[in-house]
Amino acid sequence: MVISDGVKFDIRDLNIWFGPAHVLRQVSMSIRPNEILSVIGPSNSGKTTFLRTLNRLNDTERYFKRSGEIIFEDKEIRKFDPEVLRQKVGMVFALPLSLPLSIFENVAYGMRMHGKKNKKDLSNRVEKALLEAYLWEEVKDRLSESAFKLSGGQQQRLCIARTLAVEPDVILFDEPCSGLDPISTAKVEDAMVKLKKDYTIVLVTNNVKQAARVGDRTAFFLSGELIELNNTDKIFTVPKDKRTDDYIRGKFG
Amino acid sequence: MRNPHRTQNIAFFLLLLATLLIVVPVGMIVVIIIQKGLPAITWQFLTDIPRHGMRAGGIFPAIVGTLYLVTGAILFALPIGLLAAVYLSEYSKDNILNRLIRLAIVNLAGVPSVVYGLFGLALFVVFFKFGASILSGSLTLGIMILPIIITTSREALESVPQSFREVSLSLGASKWQTIRHIVLPNAIPGILTGTILGLGRAAGETAPILFTVAAFYLPQLPDSIFDQAMALPYHLYVISTQVPNVDEKIRYGTALVLLAIVLFMNLVAIIIRYRYRKMKKW
Repeated sequence: MVISDGVKFDIRDLNIWFGPAHVLRQVSMSIRPNEILSVIGPSNSGKTTFLRTLNRLNDTERYFKRSGEIIFEDKEIRKFDPEVLRQKVGMVFALPLSLPLSIFENVAYGMRMHGKKNKKDLSNRVEKALLEAYLWEEVKDRLSESAFKLSGGQQQRLCIARTLAVEPDVILFDEPCSGLDPISTAKVEDAMVKLKKDYTIVLVTNNVKQAARVGDRTAFFLSGELIELNNTDKIFTVPKDKRTDDYIRGKFG
Repeated sequence: MRNPHRTQNIAFFLLLLATLLIVVPVGMIVVIIIQKGLPAITWQFLTDIPRHGMRAGGIFPAIVGTLYLVTGAILFALPIGLLAAVYLSEYSKDNILNRLIRLAIVNLAGVPSVVYGLFGLALFVVFFKFGASILSGSLTLGIMILPIIITTSREALESVPQSFREVSLSLGASKWQTIRHIVLPNAIPGILTGTILGLGRAAGETAPILFTVAAFYLPQLPDSIFDQAMALPYHLYVISTQVPNVDEKIRYGTALVLLAIVLFMNLVAIIIRYRYRKMKKW
């Protein structure tokens, strides 16, 4: 499942438009296996658009247009079936969006959609995913209850478990802690750090400190441009660009 | 000096008055019909055929005819309406064709019911040679309630949060799987509500069945969908205007049965919507 060398995503001259709005400009970067890449930047800098392009979720939007190349595992993402790509590139959204199903069925949903029916396999994988998301102990006796009965932090870990259950290679986190309290945030961050052993993680965050805490490398976006990408400690100690420095010091954004 | 409190009280009073003006006629209709019709309601009235030139006996064939027509209308309109709603809500893009479709649906809802009757006569009775039959009547009523079903179903589908669709897609489900497993199950109560409102409308209309199915006097039950049938609204019209010396009791009794069927359907719709709101989890 894990390729130890090379790159997961290779992005060349990526430009994105929504109708007349030029949202991303000439972004080139690579995403390495088993790293946590943090993406920071103020609102409207294009970081969520960037993330939703990687699993082709933006393809469902009207007026979406892109140029440039995005190579995932040696193949342009356009050449994948969207369903297959999204199976390999999972996503956790900003809000804890449980589906209106039971806890168990939320985690099993992706597998069921891929045609897995064997009850034993399903329940094994659900347990494994919930363990990986550090939620198993809290929910193991109430798997058939509605997912909406869980707290926000638990639901967000349920969403992580749901994504893990599909066994992706890459997980895209879109501001996963924006609606969570500090303790829930710490739990989600813990989970992310432990997950990078088996997965590649791209983390879009509005929380600069979170990027510093968990990111191996950090990319700074501003007005649709990739300003700087470097190891997290370099970005936060010796940024090359003055705008990066200003942003992480909280001078704007 | 104006007293804002008094102005407010006056405004509240006027609003209350307007509301009461709506409630009072509805209440009066129900009360008068129950008062005058209830004495006619006997087991024999509900289960017997009309006798003595419809001046005695029961209204059983009309009740059965109305139930057949309503069932036929729904069998035709629900699948087509639901599929159209799924297309409009989930697949259609905002282009000229789809704007035309939407416009057509709005206009279909505004067509007077007697025009549906003439249309049904021309298309189903004459052109397709179904004759005056339950089939023709059901299809005509079905077309009449299509806009209701499409509009309410579309609203129900569109009220399912977009985020559910994105979550489903992001887990690798296809678009159809997303519709089938996430969107439709969460829209079913809304779709049912619309369907039942359509049923109530189909049960109560006279004009669309006038030329397409309704029999003036047919003291037996239909054998097949190609038979004519009696129906409650038309029967009520006949005994009120076409047959002299019908006991008032029988007329109001027929009206009461029709009203009860329609109100009962609306009540079911309200209950479903109420329970749905209580269950709603987002």
